[in-house]
Amino acid sequence: MNTLIRDNTRAARKAVETVVVRLAGDSGDGIQVIGGQLGLASALSENDLETFPDFPAEVRAPVGTTYGVSAYQIHFGGRRIKTIGDEADMLVALNPAALKTNLETLKRGGIVLVDAGTFAQRNIERAGYTTSPLDDGTLDDYQVMAPDISKLTQESVADLSLGKKDSLRCKNFWALGFVYWMFGRDRAPTKQWLEQKFAAKPDIAKANIAALDGGHTYGEAVEASGETAFSVQKLEMAPGLYRSVSGSEALAWGLAAAAELSGRDLVFASYPITPASPILHTLARLKDIGVKTFQAEDEIAAICAAIGVAYAGGLGVTSSSGPGIALKLEAMGLAVAAELPLVIVNTQRAGPSTGMPTKTEQSDLNQALFGRHGESPIPVLAAHSPSDCFETAIEAARIALTHMTPVMLLSDGFIANASGPWALPDLDAIPRIETKHHTEPEGFHPYLRDPETLARAWAVPGTPGCEHRIGGIEKDFASGHISYDPENHQKMTDVRAEKVERVARLIPPLEPDQGEASGDFAIVGWGSTYGPISRAVTNIRAKGHKVSHIHLRHLKPFAPNQAELLAGYRNILVAEMNAGQLVRLLRAEGCTNAEGLNKVTGRPFKVSEVEDAILARLETGHE
Amino acid sequence: MNEVVSPAALKPADYATDQEVRWCPGCGDYAILKAVKSVLADIGAKRENTVFVSGIGCSSRFPYYIDTYGFHTIHGRAPAFATGMLLANPDLDVWIVTGDGDGLSIGGNHLLHILRRNVNCQILLFNNETYGLTKGQYSPTSRLATRSPSSPGGSVDSPLDPAGFALGCGARFVARGVDTQVKQLIEILKAAYHHPGAAFVEIFQNCIVFNEDVFDDFVARDAVAEHQIQLENGEPLVFGEDGSKGIGFDPEALDLVTVDDPANALTHRTDNRNLAAALARMALPDFPMATGILYDNPGPIFDTGSGVKTSDERSLKDVMRAGFTWSVD
Ligand code: SF4
Repeated sequence: MNTLIRDNTRAARKAVETVVVRLAGDSGDGIQVIGGQLGLASALSENDLETFPDFPAEVRAPVGTTYGVSAYQIHFGGRRIKTIGDEADMLVALNPAALKTNLETLKRGGIVLVDAGTFAQRNIERAGYTTSPLDDGTLDDYQVMAPDISKLTQESVADLSLGKKDSLRCKNFWALGFVYWMFGRDRAPTKQWLEQKFAAKPDIAKANIAALDGGHTYGEAVEASGETAFSVQKLEMAPGLYRSVSGSEALAWGLAAAAELSGRDLVFASYPITPASPILHTLARLKDIGVKTFQAEDEIAAICAAIGVAYAGGLGVTSSSGPGIALKLEAMGLAVAAELPLVIVNTQRAGPSTGMPTKTEQSDLNQALFGRHGESPIPVLAAHSPSDCFETAIEAARIALTHMTPVMLLSDGFIANASGPWALPDLDAIPRIETKHHTEPEGFHPYLRDPETLARAWAVPGTPGCEHRIGGIEKDFASGHISYDPENHQKMTDVRAEKVERVARLIPPLEPDQGEASGDFAIVGWGSTYGPISRAVTNIRAKGHKVSHIHLRHLKPFAPNQAELLAGYRNILVAEMNAGQLVRLLRAEGCTNAEGLNKVTGRPFKVSEVEDAILARLETGHE
Repeated sequence: MNEVVSPAALKPADYATDQEVRWCPGCGDYAILKAVKSVLADIGAKRENTVFVSGIGCSSRFPYYIDTYGFHTIHGRAPAFATGMLLANPDLDVWIVTGDGDGLSIGGNHLLHILRRNVNCQILLFNNETYGLTKGQYSPTSRLATRSPSSPGGSVDSPLDPAGFALGCGARFVARGVDTQVKQLIEILKAAYHHPGAAFVEIFQNCIVFNEDVFDDFVARDAVAEHQIQLENGEPLVFGEDGSKGIGFDPEALDLVTVDDPANALTHRTDNRNLAAALARMALPDFPMATGILYDNPGPIFDTGSGVKTSDERSLKDVMRAGFTWSVD
């Protein structure tokens, strides 16, 4: 039926390459649920996409307040989607507060769908308006659609003898039905999902389906103008089995995969903190496949337990966000001294202190690189997209286990919560992580080193004849016993540093993600700025400018050819969501022409911000 | 998990390392080390399966002197490391060695949680009522008005009772030993080893440099009889020269009292938590100090998992494929 309608209306539909839709409503309106469904429906319509949930910071805010608004942004279409979109083409606002807090995300001339039924004076005032924005000129610059969704939803479900409250609960699906009609999405998978979800309450499933159909039918009826029906271009995706994945899920599964690849038990020790907790939640559900999670009494206990795991031969991982990582730093020093494998995940958020826990930032790079006492270098990696978290987690574990060192993996609040389609990797095709325990008593001491990697011998409790004592006190290079010898301390410090530098031997050469391998202008990024930089560079190159994008995954050590590559550009702009942490490091390392593009607002870069910054520099004689 | 092997296998000396012991001559730690080695030999502890974990402080040097696996970690955190080791390998026999500063000040939180979780390990807390390694500052167990470099006018904070703390945390095995009372100490350590779950042992330890003889009011040879009651499960709570006094119950105060007639003494029951708590509270000069096993009543142990998959029904592949997927050809 759906196909039929689409065919009938195709002529009237406006062709668009990509669309950004922002859904907003009260926390109780079920915005996240319909956002997820719109994402799946778009994937099934052969679109690439990226989505981002924008939850209220409060756990349960009063109904109708601006701080109780929940939103979901989705960017889909017929080309590689790398961001959630700078601005929304369409905003769905299910109450006045949602309109108030989200209107600024809608582009001028964009479509706004509101539920006129919620714009009673009391709600209008509660949202912080004095007069109704529907008729005081507030929405003059937009295409407004203001059906009484509340009433229309009740009409749609009238046959089902539900109470008023239960009927009104379906209005999110009414709005979704309307959006599906606008963008030509198939309703069948959503209906299927509803039937499964509410298998025990068939009336609720039927009501939501009726509401979905109601919204869709309404769309057909008002379709006359043709201004609000779109045909979204499709993108041929590479063959494979796909699912939607968030950064937190991909990271958790990457850790579980690393455990399988190394033949070890994963023990994940963590303490709840926003926005890192979803990794703990994901892994806590995997007990049956051999994953152990430990919710420790505090951040310090979490990392110490993970180090204890490593001492006993497991894959020990701890995870937190900035302030929690700060608490773990002393123990990281021990992991450096004891030379034990450990993965530390930092899902960065806006700091310092409590800062803005639900907002994203990249301001813990200095902490990751330098935030410990003593000379204590550790490898640092950053994931650049939700699905990239999977591979980066495996790589972090691989480095930790093969070099006997703690490794910091940087993610951030944006990557953690954003999601997009992911072609499931073939786990059997991923190279195994080869590490062996030392079991030979003859000539053993705990600081025997692999001549290639400089990793120390890992003899674990349970191994007869290799009993040994280690700890935070400096060890003798040649015997592993406690040593306060001055020359030995120099030697051990050097060897620990050299061990980390040798990780670079595993790192493939750095190449531009886009553009020439040398030239006038390169923009450099790391972590979650990948999407906006990549899209901006694509746009600028389409205009004929030669600009390259270089994205760093390895922040300690750098890729072996990084300095050489960067030296090939006359101008370098380093974009990061902090006050200039990488750019300062690059300058210190000899890349003195590096300039910073910095932003600390708790929000990711917009493509336009990056584009404007590059264009401004191209114009002002950088060329 | 505490495996029993042929007791003839190893002698106490077999648990000694080649490291020179660096405690001050005359320190109570020596006697404790000796007792522990003798216990390890008696129980037939497998060296490769045993781990001593410590934090920071004089007591925390302990692992270097025992030829098993050992991890000298950071200040106060030994319980967390120990928990991690057992999560990775539940078959290990883990001993934590800590002190009054390490375990009750900087590491108080971790001690609390390892006890309430009932992680399967032994925790030896050497209480010397001072910070030895940092040169004699008062500690959380120092008595009120203790003069020290950081409290020249006398300390003003009330001391903590380690055994009472442990019981409050939900510990299921709580005992008190004395460095010089070797026979009793060995019995306590063996019982701690055999107790399934977390076993907490406070050991009064003489720091001869900064706090010499601080426990003399109940451990000195001439004070033991009158001022110490050595607990034995199932035996009457009597003390004094010739067992002339006892510990009875005052129903009005709902608390213990000293009684002059041993016939009125209560019987010690190590499975009675209320009695244990009351015995832990007894303090000089009104009461004798209770030593021995105050409480030994096994309960549910922290589940560290078996170390293997709990089912073959799912693999990681299945996990990743669960939920909504679609394929592109
Ligand atoms: S300072 Fe005290 S506790 Fe430390 S080793 Fe010396 S005597 Fe023993």
